[in-house]
Amino acid sequence: MNIRKLSVPVNPVKRVFLALESWFNLSFGEQWNPMYHLGTLSFFLFWVILVTGIYLFIPFHGSINGAYASVEYMTHEQWYAAGVMRSLHRYASDAVVVTVCLHMVKEFASGHYQGFRWFSWVTGIPNLWMVVTLGITGYWLVWDELAQYVAIGSARLMDAIPLLSGAMTRNFVAGEMTDRFFILIEFLHLLGQPLILLFMLWFHVKRLSNVKINPPRGLAVGTLLALTALSLLKPAVSHAPADLATVPQVIQLDWFYLNIYPLLDRWTEGQAWILSLAVTWLITLLPWLPPKKDGAAAVVDLEHCNGCELCFDDCPYDAISVQARTDGRKFEKEIVVIPELCAACGICAGACPSSNPFRSRNRELKTGIDMPQLPVDRMRTITDEAIDSLTGELKILVYGCEHGFNVNRLDDSATRGIRLICSGMLPPTLVEYALYKGADGVMVAGCRYNDCHYRFGNRWLKQRFDGKRKPVLRGRADRRRIHVHGAAETDGREIQRELEQFRVQLAELKQAVPGDVVLDAGGES
Amino acid sequence: MSVRDNTLVRYFLQATGYAAFIAVIGYFSTSPAIQVISSDESVITMAFAHAGKTRKSCHRLSQEELMKLAPNMRKAEDCPRERSPIVIEMLLDGEPIYSETFQPPGLFKDGSVDIYFSKRVPVGRHLLAIKMDDSVRTPGFDHVFEQEVSLQPAHILLVSFEPLGGFSVRQ
Repeated sequence: MNIRKLSVPVNPVKRVFLALESWFNLSFGEQWNPMYHLGTLSFFLFWVILVTGIYLFIPFHGSINGAYASVEYMTHEQWYAAGVMRSLHRYASDAVVVTVCLHMVKEFASGHYQGFRWFSWVTGIPNLWMVVTLGITGYWLVWDELAQYVAIGSARLMDAIPLLSGAMTRNFVAGEMTDRFFILIEFLHLLGQPLILLFMLWFHVKRLSNVKINPPRGLAVGTLLALTALSLLKPAVSHAPADLATVPQVIQLDWFYLNIYPLLDRWTEGQAWILSLAVTWLITLLPWLPPKKDGAAAVVDLEHCNGCELCFDDCPYDAISVQARTDGRKFEKEIVVIPELCAACGICAGACPSSNPFRSRNRELKTGIDMPQLPVDRMRTITDEAIDSLTGELKILVYGCEHGFNVNRLDDSATRGIRLICSGMLPPTLVEYALYKGADGVMVAGCRYNDCHYRFGNRWLKQRFDGKRKPVLRGRADRRRIHVHGAAETDGREIQRELEQFRVQLAELKQAVPGDVVLDAGGES
Repeated sequence: MSVRDNTLVRYFLQATGYAAFIAVIGYFSTSPAIQVISSDESVITMAFAHAGKTRKSCHRLSQEELMKLAPNMRKAEDCPRERSPIVIEMLLDGEPIYSETFQPPGLFKDGSVDIYFSKRVPVGRHLLAIKMDDSVRTPGFDHVFEQEVSLQPAHILLVSFEPLGGFSVRQ
């Protein structure tokens, strides 16, 4: 196989992420790979911040004169309990900025921000603002020199907003700061902002189904242990107490949250706002720069739908709903597709028990829910043509998807790649059919496991093949002649290696059992 | 045996991943430090709120003018609400370091102006002069302040203003 044929151009940022993911797959395994759990890790860190924050609130003294002393008491007198909690609170907050930013850049590099995904992308941006402002108000509460620096910088920024009174900065001249203002910030940090953030997070995942907000337990424990180790190695400490009659000379800045403030030494507040808002707007508008048209939405054919709800269960984007039957047939329910939510991934077609190629063999195969751009009938025809075109001794079909490795690059006299929209749209019976029609082996190479472009395509496929999810791959299909291996665009060599091993396995099998294994043509209608 | 099958190597690699993660967080949570002000600098901060004088003085309405108004709107004096802009200048050792004109805020331009100004200046003894014009009805500056001040490193000299007491400074 020509190696150049296997290498494909991928944008540099995505290439970096794919390389990172490969390394993490090696060390953490596909289940615990943190790159596949950046969103849930962010949720987990939020819970850590919440729990440690509640703990810290108990000994915290919420007043200008008492705050600093109470934080110092926690840090030094009770370093083993409240001190560790304070450090964990700080470092989990920093870590959440890292995971959220990585999450955003990864989704961007993977093209997961356009088309039907605009909603999740756009609703994620206010979350980032809320996370940062929540961190900023947290720094005020220590009321040390850093808090003073941040408070004055924040007040200058707020005063630059035309509709506000412009009087906020005057709170931070000597003798003017009051407990009333401090308690307002405390209320914002402890209650107002976290509640708003939680609400916005709910909004962010609203158009997804089967939402998971917890990372795998092992990854969560590992992350918590790592942050605890950091808390013990480098405990979070305060600067000198705030003194509004002086200017702090040196500030050890938390660059994850406070990176805008040094700009205020060189720029006006207006320029800092323009930069922040321009970046925010640019990121917000990315889904439409340029706009991307999604494929045609799935179409329901009630003639072939019995309302079994398997497609409803498998849709990753909540684009399918169930309602009472309207066509008078004996079934209780029917399926309805919500076109504006449909990702056009075809996973529903793979889930439909009517997508059985053994049915209607001499006429058009119709199924309960299908993709206009690649109907199940067309998938069956392509499969037939591919098998007929193979001349090699061991005929292998490789089903792939549009977002993983391009399986057409594996084509030779004995191998034929068939690209589907998503590997999850492959009905298990079509694999069975391919073997029955003369393929010696079938390989499925969708996206890397846990990193499906359509969230669950390759996972549902594997569960169907393993008999854990309906419609299952039937027992009569010879598992030794079926191989599933996820591969990204850059995994050409790896997929080539897997294919060669599979070919050797098939050759050994053919030697041991000469002649074709003939399957029953089950499911004929 | 491949790396995937070697548990010890995988644990080691995981530990390396976590270590890199906390190293990044540990470093950027406090570093690099920034120098907000150098040891030979001090800060002058001016902060106060002040409403300019009204642009026009009140005038007593004549009987004729009163009769033109609705009975419930009749009052002896008409006092226009619009205030004068505030012009303020600050000089240090005769050199201007701040000059600004504030238009009164509000729909009727009758609000008070919030003034906040902060600047780093060299430490030592300086002659500080502040001038403020808050009335278009009188020519020139209405409030003038001049005082020799001694500025300490990293200290803030706070300039404030009270309508009755005028400008004052404190450290």
